[in-house]
Amino acid sequence: MRFAARIWMAVKMLFGRGRAAARLDDELRDHMERQVAENVAAGMSAEAARFAALREFGNPALVRDEVRAAWSWNWLEVVLRDVRYGVRTLTRSRGFSLIAIAVMALCIGAATSLFTVVRSVLLRPLPFRDPDQLTMVYEHFRDAASNKEGFNYNSVAPGDYYDWRSKTNGFEDMAAYAWWDFNLSSQSGELPEAVTAQAGTWNLFPLLGVQPVYGRTFTEAEDQPGARVAMLTWSLFERRFGGDRSIVGNTIRLNGNPYTVVGILPPSFVYPTTAAQLWVPFASLYGAGMPLGPEWLHFHDRHYIHVVARMKPGVSLASAISQVEAVQYQLHVQNPMAPVAEDVAPRDINEDMARDVKKPLLLLMAAVGCMLLIGCLNVANLLVARGAARQKEMAIRGALGARRLTLIREQLTESLLICIAGGVAGVLLSLLATKWLSSQWKDLPSAADVHVDGTVLLFSCGLVFAAALLAGVLPALSSTGKAVFAALQASSRTTGGSVSRTTLRKTLLTVEIAVTVVLLIAAGLLLKSFMRLRTVNLGCATDNVLTLGYSLPSKKYDTPEKVNAFNEALLQRVRALPGVLGAGLGGVVPGAGPGSDDIFHVVEHPPVRPGDTLPDAQVRRADPGYFTGLQIPLLEGRFFLRQDRGDQQNRAIINRTLADKFFPGENPIGKHVIIPVYGPAPFEIVGVVGDTLYKVNEPPFPTMYFPLLAGLGDFAQTFSVRTVADPLTFSSTIQKQIAALDRELPVSDVSTMQQIIGNSLGNQSFLSTLVLAFAALSLLLASVGLYGVLSYLATQRRTEIGIRIALGAKREQVLRLMLLDGLRPALLGLVLGLAASVGAAQWIRAMLYGAPPVDGWVFAGVSGTLLAVSAVACLVPAWRASRVDPMQALRTE
Amino acid sequence: MRTIQLEPMHGWAIAKRIQQVSREVLQVQQGSLYPALHRLEQQGWIKAKWAESETGRQAKFYTLTAAGRTQLEAETANWNRLSAAINMVVSEA
Repeated sequence: MRFAARIWMAVKMLFGRGRAAARLDDELRDHMERQVAENVAAGMSAEAARFAALREFGNPALVRDEVRAAWSWNWLEVVLRDVRYGVRTLTRSRGFSLIAIAVMALCIGAATSLFTVVRSVLLRPLPFRDPDQLTMVYEHFRDAASNKEGFNYNSVAPGDYYDWRSKTNGFEDMAAYAWWDFNLSSQSGELPEAVTAQAGTWNLFPLLGVQPVYGRTFTEAEDQPGARVAMLTWSLFERRFGGDRSIVGNTIRLNGNPYTVVGILPPSFVYPTTAAQLWVPFASLYGAGMPLGPEWLHFHDRHYIHVVARMKPGVSLASAISQVEAVQYQLHVQNPMAPVAEDVAPRDINEDMARDVKKPLLLLMAAVGCMLLIGCLNVANLLVARGAARQKEMAIRGALGARRLTLIREQLTESLLICIAGGVAGVLLSLLATKWLSSQWKDLPSAADVHVDGTVLLFSCGLVFAAALLAGVLPALSSTGKAVFAALQASSRTTGGSVSRTTLRKTLLTVEIAVTVVLLIAAGLLLKSFMRLRTVNLGCATDNVLTLGYSLPSKKYDTPEKVNAFNEALLQRVRALPGVLGAGLGGVVPGAGPGSDDIFHVVEHPPVRPGDTLPDAQVRRADPGYFTGLQIPLLEGRFFLRQDRGDQQNRAIINRTLADKFFPGENPIGKHVIIPVYGPAPFEIVGVVGDTLYKVNEPPFPTMYFPLLAGLGDFAQTFSVRTVADPLTFSSTIQKQIAALDRELPVSDVSTMQQIIGNSLGNQSFLSTLVLAFAALSLLLASVGLYGVLSYLATQRRTEIGIRIALGAKREQVLRLMLLDGLRPALLGLVLGLAASVGAAQWIRAMLYGAPPVDGWVFAGVSGTLLAVSAVACLVPAWRASRVDPMQALRTE
Repeated sequence: MRTIQLEPMHGWAIAKRIQQVSREVLQVQQGSLYPALHRLEQQGWIKAKWAESETGRQAKFYTLTAAGRTQLEAETANWNRLSAAINMVVSEA
């Protein structure tokens, strides 16, 4: 009852405030009139009655104020008043407000955008049941080479996975998946398409807690060699099948084989990345009609699957892993001569999905944080300057009884207003920026899913208040302190500014400059490393080279002869095209990644002792014209010949790194290698070719090439064509040649070598450009701050300078005095910043390619730039100060 | 609140009554009555109504609410206990 009454009262007071005020006036007037009337009745004159009534009543204005203070919503009234007051002061100095708002908008906008990305990539829980209970499990090798980079999560071999699952019970369940490529044939006139698929064990979906939108997931009986069922991801379902659910239960053709679609996965299921379009049962990859035999399911030395496990309630991760580890160590001991890891390593599933972008994201977040800090310091600095100009006003208001808290609250309201305006502009800005960011940053694992949501907005709100507090508190405290009241006593003839306030401004400035220096140096290091990457020689032709991929399905191309016939016909046709300088067919092209690697033994060498690191090489295929086509130099021996096929196919070409590492001081030509994965037959080394890099920022890896003319079906081959002019103009001609040979064959990944390099460099350049942009903005902010402080000091010391000049000081001396005054915080900030940069550089060390983290040139360059910029920022006010006309300066007082 | 326990009254009358009842001992400024009245009204212990007064003018009449009545009893009891205690202490000494 009383509660309802109070609510009603509150509503009435909120909306009927003006009326309530008028009624209060009525009430008080009524009281006065009655009192006056009584007094008159008691025999006083009208005038005396009024005075007596007033005397008895007290000050009506004060009473009115006190009554209003008793009303609810009073705080709102106070806030509104503060806001009105703040808006008025801000609009009075429009230039200041606009600059401050623009600074905050930039800083908050950038921070919001990055937070949006960070949240989608690193913080948002995965769309699975109890994602905290999920973990990835990898194999872990103990040898030094594997642990060199500090990152040692090796893909799992299928045999290991099946043993882990059957022999341990620490996890609730373990599931596995592996990447696979299929040719999706046309059904009703669409183009054939190469799709990236995942082969997942039947228990993966129940383990993750993912329900299909239509149909069902795989059954245990379907997770067998020979099974022909598939599930579509939502994106493939929408894109290729127009969201028509009648596809469930119907067949699609993968590599020419009919697969029954059993279910459609939900839109939220984007796993492991957006690239995965299709799912098939894991074991169905093997056996009849597939390139891999069922024995692959039991191999312990072929590492290509990923294992995800769900923890059992009440069993710790450590104890579950130690069970798996015991099984793995047994496997290692049983296979001493094969690459079977000693240990296993769990990895956080979120971290696993964020992969390589975590560190760059954190770096950008740190850079933006620095910029935000600088922005706040700058606004704080501007506010301190204004505080100085309003010293008198504060003093007078203080003297008239304004409480210090009220004054501080008012100033905070001002900085809050700036930050809110900046925040609103910043969030709008970040809507655009986020879209741009996620389209530019190709590595982001869930790029499609980056968007601003409630949490992000909440974050921005928090940011606004934090920034307002940061920017407002110091100036508010300093301009309302006790010392302020001395301003009333001081005459206008004070010759120096308040020492404490100047110190405060200089301290703020020093911090600002130190942070700027750190940012500049980080940007410089990243940029330098990027420059170095750009000039890296890949070891082969990179200009005007077109690459595209295709894979000949073994159902149609079931003999090596058929495969070779297609490949050779295509090579012949394309090499004959006008404008084509060379063409080659092989596996993964240089710069496009590590591809696969296998263990090998040199027949002529003593066998490797157990416990030694097993010799490992990346394996590639090459047609006879491949090396000439890509301009990879022959160092010794010969290239492949047309005869290297059929029973003559056991030939190998090695690269220089492999020759140097495994044949030091001997001639590798004529030696033989055995690759256990390829069977017991030895391969004769016929040639040594120059090194190529598999990734621009990695050193060359030992590599072996085998004849493409072995004629493998279902083998993902890359066709590289070197042309005279822009290679993309040749792409349709070449695709027509392929279609002329096989209309059903889909072509994938049409790009140029430059694009492939660009993709691996892309994020490097993107990252360094962004950090550089933040650093440049910070430099601009810092120099504006420097300029502002010195201008303010110069105005404050005008009289002093006038006197100095009048007494005979030379203008150069005044100039030097002012310049030094401004440069001192800059120098101090520079020194502090350089010291901090050494630490920061260590942190980003992993992202720097071939550049030492403490790079003399970068440090010197940054110091030079900063000094030059601060000198210019100081020079203008200092010069202006030295031009002061003494008579004028003394007279204007 | 005690003052308006029996009948609704307006501000001036309340001030007068307090003066009379306390036999002019409590000589507070009449003005300071209003913040107190408004605070009680915000708390929901009294409610106010504009009505025609005995002189024919509009005046604001304050009435005690049910919640106010309970509160008054509690406060009165409290006060009685306290003043009795003080009384005892003072007379002891």
